Amino acid sequence: MREPLSKTISTIKPSGIRKFFDVVSEMPDAISLGVGEPDFDTPWHIRDEGIRALEQGKTFYTSNAGLKELKKEIAEYLSRRFDLTYDFSDEIMVTVGGSEAIDIALRAMLDPGDEVLIPEPSYVSYTPCTVLAGGVPVPIPLKAENEFRLTPQELKDAITPKTKILILPFPNNPTGAVMEKSDLEAIKDIIIDNDLFVVSDEIYAELTYLGKHTSIAGLPGMRERTVLINGFSKAFAMTGWRLGYACAPEHILKQMLKIHQFCIMCAPTNSQYAAIEALKNGDEDVESMREEYNVRRKFLMDCFKDMGLDCFEPFGAFYIFPSIQKFNMTSDEFATRFLREKKVAVVPGNAFGDSGEGFIRISYAYSLSDLKVAIGRLREFVEDLGKEM
Amino acid sequence: MREKILAFIEKNSRIDLDEIGRSLGVDRVTVMNELEAMEDEHIICGYPTMIDWDKAGIEKVTALIEVRVTPQRAMGFDKVAERIYRYPEVDAVYLISGGFDFMVTIEGRTLREVSQFVSEKLSTIDTVLSTKTNFILKKYKDHGMIMVGPSKDERVMMA
Repeated sequence: MREPLSKTISTIKPSGIRKFFDVVSEMPDAISLGVGEPDFDTPWHIRDEGIRALEQGKTFYTSNAGLKELKKEIAEYLSRRFDLTYDFSDEIMVTVGGSEAIDIALRAMLDPGDEVLIPEPSYVSYTPCTVLAGGVPVPIPLKAENEFRLTPQELKDAITPKTKILILPFPNNPTGAVMEKSDLEAIKDIIIDNDLFVVSDEIYAELTYLGKHTSIAGLPGMRERTVLINGFSKAFAMTGWRLGYACAPEHILKQMLKIHQFCIMCAPTNSQYAAIEALKNGDEDVESMREEYNVRRKFLMDCFKDMGLDCFEPFGAFYIFPSIQKFNMTSDEFATRFLREKKVAVVPGNAFGDSGEGFIRISYAYSLSDLKVAIGRLREFVEDLGKEM
Repeated sequence: MREKILAFIEKNSRIDLDEIGRSLGVDRVTVMNELEAMEDEHIICGYPTMIDWDKAGIEKVTALIEVRVTPQRAMGFDKVAERIYRYPEVDAVYLISGGFDFMVTIEGRTLREVSQFVSEKLSTIDTVLSTKTNFILKKYKDHGMIMVGPSKDERVMMA
């Protein structure tokens, strides 16, 4: 029989930590700090609108780009929250989560051989999506000493004549790093001078604890070269509804929409109705969840300081990314031993790119009482390791 | 600051004071002082506990009793209310707008105990004109808490 698989798919490595997660799933009594989605249920009024849409028989496709009312609400929301101006009629499309938006943005913009700059550590899908789109992923290893922000020098050093796209994954999973307005201004001219485009994954935009999130699309000269990606999963605790959106200049969005139309048709209809409610009446929910995350974040920072675990203060998302380098073991070893000895699962930092080696990702999408138990065990583990050294 | 502290302890009166402090950007002593001040001012009136007695296997019945009364001259409803709320059996007394005057909640061990209280104590107060007793069959939610166990965390780990 001939090879059934494409050469491209065969080059994509399966997630390196699959094995680790398999161990986790075989330990039912393990507690976890590993999950990457909110612990809150979707606020009830939003769920209720989703239910109502079903009751009213809204079970058909919507137009490819999504419900007009939802696109209008998205435009309104982006202007209200982030001072961004997008025309709902041809610059906004509703996608199946932010993940689909990442995929189709890359597919719409890349030719074979185009290089895509991917700051790492970061979410795991940018590299495979780039490869599947025929592009060449070029990681930019970010550094803890810069609080895992992308510096102008790091960007400059990574650019070649083939570079076409810079992915900007901030606020960042797994580091919790943010790019403040001044950080973005510092790289803006390099992007423009080198005629790059930006795919800005701002799915955690609502979860920033240092003033308001700034989108690079709002800087002068950047709107025309940015595909902005956001969604409902993290801000409104709506992961399972699978709903995100992309905003871009019309000539780019039109082509993304083509892919979406042929591959997906439209985002789930009842999720779209629920999302209208989220944008209309959900600001308070977002704020109270953000406040709760922030209390947990401060609690963890205090604990880490107390147990002598090196960590820069992350100001975004719901992750903390402490260094475990002083224990002279790899992230994998640390996570595996922590799981076996104390029954707590964390994600080894190298799952998010080589530059994540030496770190672990701790999610605080858990109630404070769960966090207290887990952090108590981390403290014991760190003390045990201290005795071994 | 007071409003925020109250919002926290209304949901969880056993909350770690450090937690409130962290959220407000003050230390625990400041929070504690503020709490004590509010206790003195009777803004905070007590710290009762939400109990699912069913789950504890202990039988309890609660009744909501609609009470119609004749208000007393010069004292209005307050004096009548006091005669009702002084009974330790009475859990809550509210003055109500609408078809009746007071909503009284009573908790007892058995139906008989509650009805006995109503017929012997409550209805015999001379200003009470009539009572209508509604027994609670099942509590779904109380004080903002849904009375079913916490749901299991079904989220899966992925990177």
